[in-house]
Amino acid sequence: MAGQRPLPRFPEPDTEPYWEATKQHELKYQTCNKCDMLIFYARRHCTNCGSDDTAWNTSKGEGTLYTYSVIMQSRHPAFADLGPYALAYVDLDEGFRIMTNIVGVDNPVTGITIGMRVKVSWEDQGDGEVSLPMFEPA
Amino acid sequence: MAQRREAAIVGIHEYPLRVVGPGTSALQIKAASAAKALEDAGLSWKDVDAVYDTGTHQGIGGLGISEYFGFNPRLIDTTAVGGTSYEFQANHAARMIASGQASVALLTYGSTAHSDRRNIGTAGGTSVGPATPAGNMEDSWGQTLIANYGMVKNRHKHQYGTTDGQFAEISVVTRKHAMRNPEAVKAMTDLEFVGINEITVQDVLDSRVIAHPLHLLECCMVSDGGGAVIIASAEVAANCAKKPIWIIGTGEATKYRENGGDITVSAGAQSGPRAFADAGITPDEIDIFMAYDSFSITVMCLIEDMGFCKKGEGGDYVSQRHLGFDDPRGPALNTDGGGLSSNHPGERGIFLLFESVRQLRGESTSQVEGAKLALAVGNGGQLGSRHATGATILAAD
Repeated sequence: MAGQRPLPRFPEPDTEPYWEATKQHELKYQTCNKCDMLIFYARRHCTNCGSDDTAWNTSKGEGTLYTYSVIMQSRHPAFADLGPYALAYVDLDEGFRIMTNIVGVDNPVTGITIGMRVKVSWEDQGDGEVSLPMFEPA
Repeated sequence: MAQRREAAIVGIHEYPLRVVGPGTSALQIKAASAAKALEDAGLSWKDVDAVYDTGTHQGIGGLGISEYFGFNPRLIDTTAVGGTSYEFQANHAARMIASGQASVALLTYGSTAHSDRRNIGTAGGTSVGPATPAGNMEDSWGQTLIANYGMVKNRHKHQYGTTDGQFAEISVVTRKHAMRNPEAVKAMTDLEFVGINEITVQDVLDSRVIAHPLHLLECCMVSDGGGAVIIASAEVAANCAKKPIWIIGTGEATKYRENGGDITVSAGAQSGPRAFADAGITPDEIDIFMAYDSFSITVMCLIEDMGFCKKGEGGDYVSQRHLGFDDPRGPALNTDGGGLSSNHPGERGIFLLFESVRQLRGESTSQVEGAKLALAVGNGGQLGSRHATGATILAAD
């Protein structure tokens, strides 16, 4: 029996609003009201100018696969028996890069290519817990 | 431009055991190595007036370790940026000594990663310690350390057409050097490597994939070990037992997972040029290139970002097969056998300094005749997410 994946832990006030929104299957990112730069992952301050005047936006959840690695050997109890699984960075169309897993392919070694179009696929965790934004071929 | 002669490495010690077994702690490795490095320099315990340490093993960071050693330093620096902490610390020490703030600096490292059975490469997110923003964004995906670097390698292949065979050349030349180094051979023996001999590109490609596209023979070992470095002022160095190996150029930089950024470009693209400008030399003058080889991709990025070739041309560069100690066409790469085949207890940065010094003293087991200039460049953290790259340029008289 595989163990539970590590989930985000709280209190952690920078990323808590982001994860709260995942319960409604909303993928959030921030922009700075002062310098207009995109902020991701979530923080209270703008990483470009230091301002704390930021806004939350909702992504359409569509993007391009930037890179990936198929993990053949993991000793983490939640992943050790999964078989090969894909860790990836996805570039969302709004301009932010997210770490995720690629799902919905039969064989991750042969079924994934850099540059492919992907869309978000939510995987709910437990009972009313956060939902994890995974990505599948669009 | 005249090379700087203000601070020098005057003593080194590489802890000889890669498997220490029960009964020896990381702290004891540090203290034993400090004594040996001071002996190498012809200095004594009480000469140390500056302590550099990552503050990992003893409470209260630099205060705890100083008490443990029994020093009352006037300067403490606990810079901790992963595997390249030691280039950062050596650079800091050289600059502080040059400005007269200290005269004898001690850097030590000790680790029992192997004996502790730490699954450094394959364990994934552990969710221990306080929650962090970055951890909350990354721990759920089953990311292993090796996969983090695998993502960089995959992008390098995609972006520049670099092949697995080209990456394998790095492992091949490193093993060639390891087989000439009795300590590396003993390390591979004690760590129960399969096939302790020179290897071919095909051997690397035939080894199992740990995290696609990284094969086993592109990944560093997990050993125990450590060591110590003594850096001293020109005044002190003049009376030391061994000839001084001068620190003539320093550069440090950081890089993070950036939105829209190029993952194949390391922080070395900033710290390398800084170090070369500081030293007043160019990459083609380097005799010895000690590059942090956590994985083949780390070396590939550092070859390019240090300026030995253009970005994206590292594959062709390594394919020319001139990185061996006995080939004058290029700098000699990782002549001790590297983290791939000699020593990697978790943070390899200090070993880059050791072998640079051995080469410039004429003491290497794969000695480059007449070596005068060495570049030690470390990489700490994780190449595919957040990392630091410290570059230290060393010169012999």
